[in-house]
Amino acid sequence: MSQVKENLIYSKEHEWVQVLDDDTVRIGISDFAQDQLGEIVFLELPEVDSEVEAHTSIGSVESVKAVSDLYCPVSGVVTKVNELLVDSPEVINDDPFGEGWMFEVKLSNLDELKELLSADQYKEFIEGE
Amino acid sequence: MSTTNQELKRTPLFPVYQKYGAKTIDFGGWELPVQFTSILDEHQAVRTKAGLFDVSHMGEVLLKGEGAIDSLQYLMTNDIRRLSINQAMYTAMCYPDGGTIDDLLIYKLAEDEYLLVINASNINKDVKWIEEHVNSKTTVKNISSEVALLALQGPLAEAVLQKLTSVNLSEIGFFHFLPKVDISGIEVLVSRTGYTGEDGFELYLDAKDAESLWDKILEAGKEEGVLPCGLGARDTLRFEAKLPLYGQELSADISPLEAGIGFAVKVNKENDFIGKEALKEQKEKGLSRKLVGIEMVGRGIPRHGYAVYAIDKAEPIGFVTSGTHSPTLKKNLGFALIQAEYASVGTPVAVEIRNKRVEAVTVKTPFYKRT
Repeated sequence: MSQVKENLIYSKEHEWVQVLDDDTVRIGISDFAQDQLGEIVFLELPEVDSEVEAHTSIGSVESVKAVSDLYCPVSGVVTKVNELLVDSPEVINDDPFGEGWMFEVKLSNLDELKELLSADQYKEFIEGE
Repeated sequence: MSTTNQELKRTPLFPVYQKYGAKTIDFGGWELPVQFTSILDEHQAVRTKAGLFDVSHMGEVLLKGEGAIDSLQYLMTNDIRRLSINQAMYTAMCYPDGGTIDDLLIYKLAEDEYLLVINASNINKDVKWIEEHVNSKTTVKNISSEVALLALQGPLAEAVLQKLTSVNLSEIGFFHFLPKVDISGIEVLVSRTGYTGEDGFELYLDAKDAESLWDKILEAGKEEGVLPCGLGARDTLRFEAKLPLYGQELSADISPLEAGIGFAVKVNKENDFIGKEALKEQKEKGLSRKLVGIEMVGRGIPRHGYAVYAIDKAEPIGFVTSGTHSPTLKKNLGFALIQAEYASVGTPVAVEIRNKRVEAVTVKTPFYKRT
């Protein structure tokens, strides 16, 4: 069974969001998502300083077999991306909630966080998938 | 993401997938294992040891009768008369315009008896086409649901299978087979063929015996490190070895010559065959499109359907037929069907990946050849 980490919030597109301070969040994909994708071999992340909009595709995650869009669960400006993943995208498989984080966003609309799922709600959501 | 669908077709080996931890996907209406443990591990096992695949979804059709050979000569691009009993041949079956209906293997079982092995997604289309075009002295029987097919592939395949039979397997040459081989009490047609670029066997047997043979082979190959393998590894393996996949390198819009399997097209064989005029013309005039290998220079993986551009031209020159991150070469590689003038090795091209043109270069194929 996939792990769902407490104290994070989740999107239905299987991203997790960690609130770092008042208006900055860190984003990655869930253990469930990495397990479904299989071995990740390539990642296309948004660029630092680019504007992102909630629920739009902002990059891609590719496993050996398939390409999946990477969605941004929130709107804002990208402040940081995880450079480690450029050469070692497989880190996402090994540690999706830790070393495998993808990027950080300075939020433009804090209310969007309220629309996301709690860990418990997400657990229920993936059981139905 | 995959969910279980009651309407998906299943092979006789479906019950073992769970036991071996498979993750299944919908593959053209079949619920099949994409991987058991990891695509990369399974790929590696086949390249260095051996792997066992369930490919029972493939279709099998029997052609019998004194007219069978003429029917096949008319339907197929290859010269079926060259086939001896206990030998297999790879061929294409084409429309009159040279587009490909399917690519398949033909086994000569007896003078008037042939087994055709066709792609799962094409079974209905192929059987209908064959029935419409055989002569009156040929019978056609679709036995797909009665036959299971396992593939044991890799350098240790022979050593592992030999443990289960007294028949000397080393006597079965490449693209040859033996019917009714006793493998641990099960009757099997053992064919030295495959879809991975490695040595190995394809094993045809009665569907009811499939589960038993599967377990026996994995048990016998435990020491050697034989792994159960899914479609994911099958695809990366066939890709590296440049074995075409119908629906990607081959289709109704792509001729076997364009797809680079001209060796299976004998325009000068004695008998007339469907597609002959069109294919002959392509051969004589020269191809306008060719299948090439591409290697990404910029970051990205080429995938099926992505547009390919030349440096000096606004319009696309073709498209990607297959592409992946090659587990053996650790590079992002693809095949592309492009205008012939750009097909020479070393030509800089660009692949459009998510609205961006990413640099690539045409390269030699196959990407992998066993030593």
